[in-house]
Amino acid sequence: MEQTPQIPKEKFRLVHDENNAEQEKIGTPSLTYMQDVRRRLFKNKVAVVCLTLLSIIVLISIFAPLIAPSNPNAQNVTMSNLPPKLGNLNIPGMNGYQNMGGKMVDAYKQAGAPKGTSFILGTDYLGRDLLSRIIYGTRLSLVVAVLATLVDLLIGVPYGIVSGWKGGKTDTFMQRIVEIVSSIPNLIVVILMMIVLKPGLTSIVIAIAITGWVTMARLIRAQTFQLKEQEYILAARTLGEPSMKIATKHLIPNLSSTIIIQTMFTIPNAIFFEAFLSFIGIGIPAPNASLGTLLSDGQKAFRFLPYQMWAPAIILSIIMIATNLLGDGLRDAFDPQSSEH
Amino acid sequence: MAKYILKRILYLFLTLFIIASITFFLMKLLPGTPFSNQNRMSADQLKIVKAQYGLDQSVGVQYVRYMVGLLHGNLGTSFQFNNEPVTALIGQRLAPSMQIGAQAMILGTIFGILLGAVAAIRKNSWVDTLATFISILGLSIPSFVLAVLLQFYLAYKWKIYPVALWDNFQSSVLPTLALTALPLGTVARFMRTEMVDVMSSDYIELAKSKGNSNWKVVSKHALRNSLIPVVTIIGPMAVSVMTGSMVVENIFSIPGIGEQFVKSITTNDYPTIMGLTIFYSFLLIIVYLIVDILYGLIDPRIRLGNGGKE
Repeated sequence: MEQTPQIPKEKFRLVHDENNAEQEKIGTPSLTYMQDVRRRLFKNKVAVVCLTLLSIIVLISIFAPLIAPSNPNAQNVTMSNLPPKLGNLNIPGMNGYQNMGGKMVDAYKQAGAPKGTSFILGTDYLGRDLLSRIIYGTRLSLVVAVLATLVDLLIGVPYGIVSGWKGGKTDTFMQRIVEIVSSIPNLIVVILMMIVLKPGLTSIVIAIAITGWVTMARLIRAQTFQLKEQEYILAARTLGEPSMKIATKHLIPNLSSTIIIQTMFTIPNAIFFEAFLSFIGIGIPAPNASLGTLLSDGQKAFRFLPYQMWAPAIILSIIMIATNLLGDGLRDAFDPQSSEH
Repeated sequence: MAKYILKRILYLFLTLFIIASITFFLMKLLPGTPFSNQNRMSADQLKIVKAQYGLDQSVGVQYVRYMVGLLHGNLGTSFQFNNEPVTALIGQRLAPSMQIGAQAMILGTIFGILLGAVAAIRKNSWVDTLATFISILGLSIPSFVLAVLLQFYLAYKWKIYPVALWDNFQSSVLPTLALTALPLGTVARFMRTEMVDVMSSDYIELAKSKGNSNWKVVSKHALRNSLIPVVTIIGPMAVSVMTGSMVVENIFSIPGIGEQFVKSITTNDYPTIMGLTIFYSFLLIIVYLIVDILYGLIDPRIRLGNGGKE
């Protein structure tokens, strides 16, 4: 008969007890999804630069009345078409000199401007300060973009969620509408709306939003279809949560990445449409400035006074480039797989 | 496939019908008439003119007339441009628009594919960065800004191309360039994403491990497979080229339909606006239809997978 050896309890001891605990410990603090997204976004240098640029532009637009040197619509015909001048600094191209008949002439002296007057970006054909007009113009363009995007969200997101959530006949019907709306070229709808409505901020926003929501609705619907099958949604349903609550508590937070990314692509689109409509003369009415009207005014005089178009063109391009790149950055941050092949 | 195409064509007519109806009633909603400025006309004259354009009838009658005319390919008569039928107006002006539109799309697609492919092959190198930068510029800078800059530097300052003229190929270069940027950017970006995907797939690994040269792998396998999805963005591209052409034609004074459209808007020439709206919609829907059918033919997975939905 075999005897089980009697080993006293004291002889047993845990191997590397402390070490083990040390190894098992999670070294880095645990990150929530949004923290992780933020970390990835801030690691992307291009996105950070774009975010900073856009923040500066947005801040300037918000505080336009404090920052703009003068009233953007104040006319002073004696000071019309003055070239850029930055104080008394003698920087070529920014010293108030203008090429007239082959030689450089101090345009400010010619116009009889009082000593010390300087317009950093020059003035337009009515003597309005271009810098102030660009600041206010950017503000107006951004307002159009933000409003159009908001309307987009308010229609597109609920539409997509309802369509995806209900499914069946409701979905088929709602998708038929989407199909028809999306097969009408949106530019045509925007132009038609602009002709029918009075030109102005509200009309532009309505015109852009009336076609813009379709893309958002489509994306949200597809995403909702996927989310619907998830266990946590099933759990919420089993527990008897009303659909409305599931939508706001579970669906929208999980759709947020899609919404944010799509928004980043809607904004440049809206800015472009505003500029386009104003450029062909059915957008923001005079005397208000928007980037589009400034470009349109600048284009008329471009041959002789190129600075009048360069400034708004550069600002518009910077906003477009920055939003596009930030959109890319956000997509990579929300969905790391998309860039990790 | 035949059923699918038939269904799509049915939808095409439904969509066109809806567009035509919406356009018609929107135009009727507008206050005033195109003749309100002409005070010189007496009441009798106005009556005659109105009768000539059929504006004395009720809206319902006008609508039915317009729709019947549409079925016969009649888009009405222009109020402003020498009483010409709108169809004749479009006909005369179609060629220049088509020419620069097609040139821009072809040029943009070819260079976009090259740019995107090069960026994907040399991924994460300076070539990639440069290519991405170019495509972002193309996507972001509005065509009308580009058009003005091109006109100023290449035509006015350096006199390489005519400033605003429409006669030979030379005069189509600048408008084409201005319109090319957007398709170029779109295609390059799309192509890069697709190709990066394809390059990391198993069959490319296999082709490489079989000892094929890099060039052969790219040209025979990667390029071909990445090209298929590019077909899908031809539709949106056509839209953007059309949008751009409206202002670009104006800037370069090209007698095309885009220029006509903008002119009609500023002169309240409703029949022409309506006609061009319907014509543009028709054009785009056809492009979308062709693209979808083409895609189904090129990639059988689409057709069999889900019956052509999405």
